[in-house]
Amino acid sequence: MQFGIFSVGDVTMDPTTGRTPTEGERIKAIMRIALKAEEVGLDVFATGEHHNPPFVPSSPTTMLGYIAARTERLVLSTATTLITTNDPVKIAEDYAMLQHLADGRVDLMMGRGNTGPVYPWFGQDIRQGIPLAVENYALLHQLWREDVVDWEGRFRTPLQGFTSTPRPLDGVPPFVWHGSIRTPEIAEQAAYYGDGFFANNIFWPKEHFIRLISLYRQRYAHYGHGTPEQAIVGLGGQVFMRKNSQDAIREFRPYFDNAPVYGHGPSLEDFMAETPLTVGSPQQVIDRTLRFREYFGDYQRQLFLMDHAGLPLKTVLEQLDILGEEVVPVLRREFAIGRPAGVPDAPTHASLVAAREAENVKEVNA
Amino acid sequence: MKLVVVTAGLTQPSSTRLLADRLAQAAGERLGGAAETTVVELRDLAVDIANNFVTGFPNTRLRQAIDAVTGADGLIAVTPVFTASYSGLFKSFFDVLDPQALAGKPVLIGATGGTPRHSLVLEHAMRPLFAYLRAVVTPTAVYAASEDWGGGGDAFTDGLSDRIARAASELADLMGRRTPHAAPPGNGNGKRAGGAEAEDVVPFEEYLASIRPPS
Repeated sequence: MQFGIFSVGDVTMDPTTGRTPTEGERIKAIMRIALKAEEVGLDVFATGEHHNPPFVPSSPTTMLGYIAARTERLVLSTATTLITTNDPVKIAEDYAMLQHLADGRVDLMMGRGNTGPVYPWFGQDIRQGIPLAVENYALLHQLWREDVVDWEGRFRTPLQGFTSTPRPLDGVPPFVWHGSIRTPEIAEQAAYYGDGFFANNIFWPKEHFIRLISLYRQRYAHYGHGTPEQAIVGLGGQVFMRKNSQDAIREFRPYFDNAPVYGHGPSLEDFMAETPLTVGSPQQVIDRTLRFREYFGDYQRQLFLMDHAGLPLKTVLEQLDILGEEVVPVLRREFAIGRPAGVPDAPTHASLVAAREAENVKEVNA
Repeated sequence: MKLVVVTAGLTQPSSTRLLADRLAQAAGERLGGAAETTVVELRDLAVDIANNFVTGFPNTRLRQAIDAVTGADGLIAVTPVFTASYSGLFKSFFDVLDPQALAGKPVLIGATGGTPRHSLVLEHAMRPLFAYLRAVVTPTAVYAASEDWGGGGDAFTDGLSDRIARAASELADLMGRRTPHAAPPGNGNGKRAGGAEAEDVVPFEEYLASIRPPS
């Protein structure tokens, strides 16, 4: 099982000081947070992609390339890559390049994006969101698997005799997750390809995601990729911790109350009751996270949102210390207990290369 | 059959609730005791509805009300008249419903006000709202001004009791004719929160084929 963090990349005023970091400070802070993720023993860092203020990560592979050069083990990912408005050819090229530079420590998560004007800014129509996601991904999938591509679709200039370079590392494309908050078609898409499905469950009640994930698992099996239990599931989480839970609540409350996403709405206590947000002691975070598998089944990747709503860098780094030292080691141990033997780990470059070689041996013997 | 009453009165007791209860009772009688009536008091959900706007999802209490309305066989919706229209709270509740939730559903609309001069709010504000939501609204809508609770009709209009009876009959008739639980189909863009059942999903090959350009 993999544990990591995902960053939205918002530039938000710290409500306790009234100070807003500059874009430059925030970008460097995100880099520091990613490096810290590896230092404290986490497995994954994922960045969002946005094309409007107050968000900075418009160029994810530049950021991930920087992190790749300064880390050894960390898997670099996205949350999410806009499959609707990015050119799939450029995604194929950028992430294959990153895959080479990072020695395979790359996967990515596809998403449609929820900011209406981004579609027209990139020459697309938001009403075509799902068809764009489907067609663009089909092309990306092909570009990574066929050396020479002839292609024609509805949304992009046709390609004749096109080769996307560099070719994926070792001929094995990066593993892909599909992120969705509410769309069954995306769960179906992930199932069809045998890709991963990431449910960013942090802002919604669990019942909603239980249905979506169970649909993905059923359809994954339907398409012959394995049993429903072997489908590749990722989940979000959102935590703030101090040794004493009352200290955590006191310190986090002003950030919660003023957060761009849910601030000035429900109380912290109500939001904790309705969503996976956990503000409290490390033990409370452990208990809450362990319950995810009861709802959604044994899963492969757990990402936490740790740096948002104006939390200062120093605080985020302290949070990562707690996460890496006190929470994740216990979660690794506990999630391993009773995990059925047939449930796979999240695919990595090494595991995908090994799987392909096993497949080749099978073909030679046949 | 499930009859759900949505009432947006703010005072306790409120004349809006009074009208809603009269309508529900009259409809219930005409359904011959087959109706199971649930009342949704929007006053109790006012903060939850506001929070839904902020967070993007309904909390458990509001979700129960939304599920009740979405699953109803017939709906009675009653609002006080505020500033020449339905109240903001009344509209806000229908704003957090799925746009498909009321499609094809029989609805009886009612409104209350201090003076009969606002009665066309039913026809100029309420009826278009439910027409947009593709509900089937009864021909008779019921407005109760303060004076209606004391007086009878006049040469041109029936009294309140007669109008309640007529509207309730129309609602019961529509509910009786409706195929039970004719759930509206998904609208394809995933707006049906949580409607993720395998049988609802278009197989991916079909979907791919449907967006392929003609060759």
